[in-house]
Order: sequence, then structure tokens, then C-alpha cells
Amino acid sequence: MDSEKQVLFAGFGGQGVLSMGKFLTYAAMGAGKNVSWLPSYGAEMRGGTANCLVTIADDEISSPLTEHPGMAIILNRPSLDRFEDKIKPNGTLVINTSLVDRPIVRDDLTVFEIPVNQIADDMGNSHAANMILLGACLQKTNIVPTEKALQHFEVIFKGKKQSIIKRNKEAFLVGVEYAKENW
Amino acid sequence: MKIVARRPQSLTSAKTHYCPGCTHGIIHRLVAECIDEMNMRENTIGICPVGCSVLAYDYFNFDMLEAAHGRAPAIATGIKRILPDRCVLTYQGDGDLASIGMAEIVHASARGENISVVFVNNTIYGMTGGQMAPTTLLGQVTTTSPYGRKKEEAGYPIRMAELLATNEGSAYISRVAVNNPANVIKAKKSIKKALQTQMKGLGFSLVEVLSTCPTNWGLGPIDAFKWLEENMIPYYPLGEFKIKEA
Amino acid sequence: MEKVLMKGNEALAEGALTAGCIAFFGYPITPSSEIAEYMARKFPLLGGTFVQAESELAAINMVYGGASTGARVMTASSGPGISLKSEGISFISEAELPCLIVNISRGGPGLGGIQPAQSDYWQATRGGGHGDFHIMVLAPSSVQEMMDFAMDAFDLADKYRIPVMIMAEGTLGQMMEPVIPRAKVTHFIDKPWAVNGCKGRAPNVVNTLHLSPEFLEHRNHVLGEKYSLIKANEQKAAAFLTEDADLVVVAFGLMSRIVKKAIMEVRKKGHKVGLIRPITLWPFPEEEIRNAAQSAKMFLAVEISMGQMIDDVRLAVNGKVPVEFYGRIGMIPSPEEIAGQIIMLAEREGF
Repeated sequence: MDSEKQVLFAGFGGQGVLSMGKFLTYAAMGAGKNVSWLPSYGAEMRGGTANCLVTIADDEISSPLTEHPGMAIILNRPSLDRFEDKIKPNGTLVINTSLVDRPIVRDDLTVFEIPVNQIADDMGNSHAANMILLGACLQKTNIVPTEKALQHFEVIFKGKKQSIIKRNKEAFLVGVEYAKENW
Repeated sequence: MKIVARRPQSLTSAKTHYCPGCTHGIIHRLVAECIDEMNMRENTIGICPVGCSVLAYDYFNFDMLEAAHGRAPAIATGIKRILPDRCVLTYQGDGDLASIGMAEIVHASARGENISVVFVNNTIYGMTGGQMAPTTLLGQVTTTSPYGRKKEEAGYPIRMAELLATNEGSAYISRVAVNNPANVIKAKKSIKKALQTQMKGLGFSLVEVLSTCPTNWGLGPIDAFKWLEENMIPYYPLGEFKIKEA
Repeated sequence: MEKVLMKGNEALAEGALTAGCIAFFGYPITPSSEIAEYMARKFPLLGGTFVQAESELAAINMVYGGASTGARVMTASSGPGISLKSEGISFISEAELPCLIVNISRGGPGLGGIQPAQSDYWQATRGGGHGDFHIMVLAPSSVQEMMDFAMDAFDLADKYRIPVMIMAEGTLGQMMEPVIPRAKVTHFIDKPWAVNGCKGRAPNVVNTLHLSPEFLEHRNHVLGEKYSLIKANEQKAAAFLTEDADLVVVAFGLMSRIVKKAIMEVRKKGHKVGLIRPITLWPFPEEEIRNAAQSAKMFLAVEISMGQMIDDVRLAVNGKVPVEFYGRIGMIPSPEEIAGQIIMLAEREGF
């Protein structure tokens, strides 16, 4: 149970929340870990929120489910409202401050803030927000070493144009740099 | 201060869960306004379907029942036969009414059950994630017609209003749309006419409401209204298909 | 072969295709719709048949038709839809037609919820319809098993001329895990009983109406003998640390994974606990449980329900030792919660 890491991604439908989780899952699988990815589904999807839970472990994964993830990556305010209380005690919270406009209530969490939409706009690539966030998270937490993640870009983005893969890699590295400098 | 607009009494203050741009909001309001204007809120029993409006019992402010998928007309029959002076209405989507519930709706109409049906037709299954409906148009892409609906594989879309209008038991059958203000006003008039048909005891009434599903159509709300006008209305013409006078 | 990340529902569908399934008949219902959607994408390219039926009731009758031609066919649904299929399942069972029926299970009763549950156990294992009959029921616990059991199901269905159900909790259908794809099946047994045009042979009849009381009794005995044969040969379970266990936990599907982790934690604390994971829910692995009851002092059934499989555990234990229950419905217990329950029991009983 201890080697298992569970990361929740939450935002609104259309923010690429499920894809972010898939990216991490693919990267971890490529790094030789046991992985599982579980999305919110069905009627839960109506109204526009989306979330997914990624479990990464060295051993066989006991349960892909949890009410209390150790880490949450929150992309918008309603997701913070919904999930702040659910994170495990002394867990980790990564917040997209571009779309979260209130302070955190809990005082036991380790919090990392990053204005991804702002950074993405500054890059001239507003779709890059997710990759920036992923780069920053992986740099800080090392759940999957960033070099390993970079190696798997071609696999994860199979079929997409080279220009798209390049743009996503750039965004990822911007996130990595942000975490190095700010967190 | 003069009140010039308010939420109808027949709607609760609950915040709906519908997607941005969903036309359920408009249709719920029209139904509620009609019930209010006819002073029937405390005399009304509504039955909601399995579909995006499965939670309509939280939004309508009168007695509400949840039905198994497609069975609302049968449940409505059970209620109306025992309480004939109530206004009994069902609110159903295209999967609920025209797919799994086809037998129930055809027979409720054939029996001339004095119930009113609001049939929300948006050519797709919203709640379960965008599968094909019996009303999905030829060529339309859905998750179970990923290459576009083909008549060789899935046959043709069903025109429910015309189909039910052929039953003698049908007393008022119409098709309306809510894609622009003029149509919304006409839709409300038609819904009211359906309810009046019921309260006069003339027989079965149904209003088919052409609606949008921006989320599963992959369109913004305004583009969705355009799509409705350009694609749905030509195949599903608006109008009254059966009117029984007293 | 290299591992591929796949969603449980899609792995099951892919397994069916690998096993030579050529038709899918079904209706969308959360959390099983992805199986229909996968087949809708694949069959036009592979030359098979996808039909979105008007209802689950129509779908099972389409399966009845398709299976009677000798083809490998399937349907997929969830609790409320399986209830609609009851009549059809009874008919298919009496007609002895092989087919795959998938239940990606959710909470009930009624419209229930969309979260995973194990409360369709009775429905699945007590026949699932009117009359004296059984269907085989397999319970996967991983995405790999979703794929592999789909293939096993068709083989078992053909071998015994029986509907086979795969019952998997909603989570298993929705989650993605790494999977090793399997080799395509190319060899299929003959089905001389099929109705596909009586060229060169006497006509075949597929029917289930038997007005003669004597013949009806005979038919039921024929089916009964088949079920005895299956019970004798096809019980399947996985045992984990049961050899020296004082307390044996019994859990299937998703729950078994959670329990396994809990047991590993409990063992660290010195208690002798083990797990029996039924893989076939019908035939229930009575032998495995009976053997364990020789040395175990207590059994604990853990289910995502109010307690259904526990009936079969009690029958197999046959009064030898006590059988306790722990379950949640709607909510899924965590490994910590299960471990806590086990420790509480172990301390109470002195294991």
C-alpha cells in the first residue's frame, strides 16, 4: 500500500483533464511501473466537470479507487471546492491559480501554485496549459522521472503531427523550468 | 416595485445540472409556465425519464415520479386511470420514448390515454455519452454510428409525431422547436394546447420538441441552433399533425 | 507481445473479437456503453455486425437469433438491462444456445447508481430468469482478465451449449490498465444443431415449449446433468495464503484486489489470514472452500453488496465453522478499512 501513489486530476470538461491523467499513466507504464487510470463517468460527466484518478505502484495495484488521493491537481475553482477536503492528511495539492481564485483552507497540505493559463498565453500556445502543469508536477514530485516522460512523448502522441509533439514537449519543459525556479 | 418576470411557481429553485446551452432549461420553463397559467400546479403529477432529465424531479415543483427507461407512458396510465381529474404528464427524451419505450407510447396513444407527453428530440443520447438515437439523422456521427448513420446498418430515423398522429386515440399531436424566440413562443402555445386537450378529456396529447445537445453534437450553443434549423427541421417538419376538437 | 494500455470495457470487446465474435447486439447503459461503442467502430471494418437494439429486451432476442445460427455473438449491459433480459436468458438456456452476456455491474435496486457494485450476484448465479436453469458466470478482477475471460467465455459457451455471463464491476469497465493482447482464435467446434438452412440434412428446431409433462421432466434432467458436469469440471478459484490461515476471506472481482492488499498488511501484524477469490461464480468453487474449511477456523465474506455471495460460502462451509460478513454498497471500502475489520475479527477470536 505504501508504494502506491494516487494522483487526482480535476477540472472542467474540455480542459483535457482526462488526457493529462492518461499522459501520466502512459509515462509511468513506460517507466516500468504498474498503473491504472480511472475516469469519472456517466451522468457524473453532465454539467461539465471531469476528473480522473491515476494510480502508480511498483507492486500489483490493490484498488484503482480512492476517496482520499494523496495528491490532487486542481485546474479550476469548482474542483477545489469539491476536492480540497478529500485529499489525504498531509497530502500534496497543485493548483492552477489562473482559474482558482480563493486561498486554500486546510493547513496540513503541501501546496504548489502555478498560473498555467497565463504562462500558456504568454507562450502563445493557450492549449499548452496541461503540458506545462504536467512538466511542473513531474519535476517536483518525480513520480515519473522527467527524462523518462520525455522519452515517451512519441509513443503517447502517436499519430499526431511532429509540430504538435514538438509544441507539447516545449510546454512540458517550460513547466519543468517553472517548478525548478519557483517550487 | 413591479415584478415583470419571475421563476415559475412550478419550477423549484434548484440549480440544474444541464450542460451550458442545453435546451432542457427552456423546455422545463415552458412546461412550468403553462402549468402555472392553468393554475394546475397542485393538481399535476409529472413523470421523468431515464436520460439527461432523469433528475427533473428536483426541478419541477409538483408531484413527480421517476420511471424506468421508456415506461413513463405506462406509469402515467396507472396514475391517470385512478386519478382521472389530475393533470398527468410525462417528459421523455428520444431514447426513452422512441427506442425502448416505443411499445408503451404507441399503446398509450392507441388507448387514447388522457395524458400529455413532452417529447424532447435532440437526435442523440445525451446522458450516456452521445450514442445514436432512433431519431439520429442519416449521416450523423455518434459514438455508435462513428462513420455516420447508414441506412443499410441502422435504418432510417423515426418521425414520432406523424406516427402517433395516425392513431385514433391521439387527440393532439404537434412538433415544435426551441431554436429561436419565435419558435419558443409557438412551442409554449402548443404545450398549453396539449395540456388543455388533456383537461378537456379529449384523449392522448404529445408535443415533440426539436432540441439541441451542444455537448454531444460537438457544437457551441449558437451553432447547435443553426444545425437544428438546417438539418432537423427539413426532416422533422414543424406543425400540428392531429387536432381533435371537443 | 508488448503491453498496451486499454480500458476494461474495450479490452473485453477486443477479447471477444479475438475469440471470433461476429455480432454485437446491445443498448447503451452506463457503465457498459463503451463495449457497444467499440464494436460499432470495429465491426464495419472487420466485416461483423453491430446493431444498437431498441432495448435490452430486443437485444437478448437478437442474441437468441444470432446464437441459433451457430455464430459467436454477444450482448452487454448493466443491472437494469440484465433484468430486462431475464426472459431471454431463460429461453436461451433451455434452447441450449451458446452466447456471451456481459454485466458491467452498478448499484441497485431500481435505477440505483452508476458506482460499481456486486449486488447482481443472486441474479447472475440463481439462473437469472424463470425455471430450473443456470448460466456460467465468470468474475474478472483486472483489465487483462476482462480480455482473457471474454475468450474463455466463448469456449465454455460452445463446449457446453450454455450462455456464459461475465460480471465485472463498473470500475473494471471504466479503468485503464496495461494488457497483453492475445492471438486470434481460428478453430471453432462444429454446431450440427444450428438453424442456418437445412440443405443436405433434416431440419433443426430450436424451441423451448414442451407441453408434454414427461418430456418437460426429461428436458430438465438433461439440463441438470449438464450442470452437474460443469460443476464437476469447471469450478475455478485463486487461493492466496490459505495453507495456514485461521481466517479465510472470500471475495471476488474488484473487491478481491482490495482484500488481497489488506491481507498483506494484516499478515505483517502476525495474524494468519488468507483469501479465496472465486473466478467462476457459477459453478461456485465449493471444493476450494470445503478444503479450506478443513483447517480454517472462520470465513469472512467481503462484498460490495448487502451480502449475496455469503449464501454460497455458507453452503460450501456447511456449518463446519462460522461465516461472517463485511460489505459496503454504494461506497467501496479501502484496503485500510478491510484490514481494520479483519484485525478486529482476528483479535476477537484470538487468531
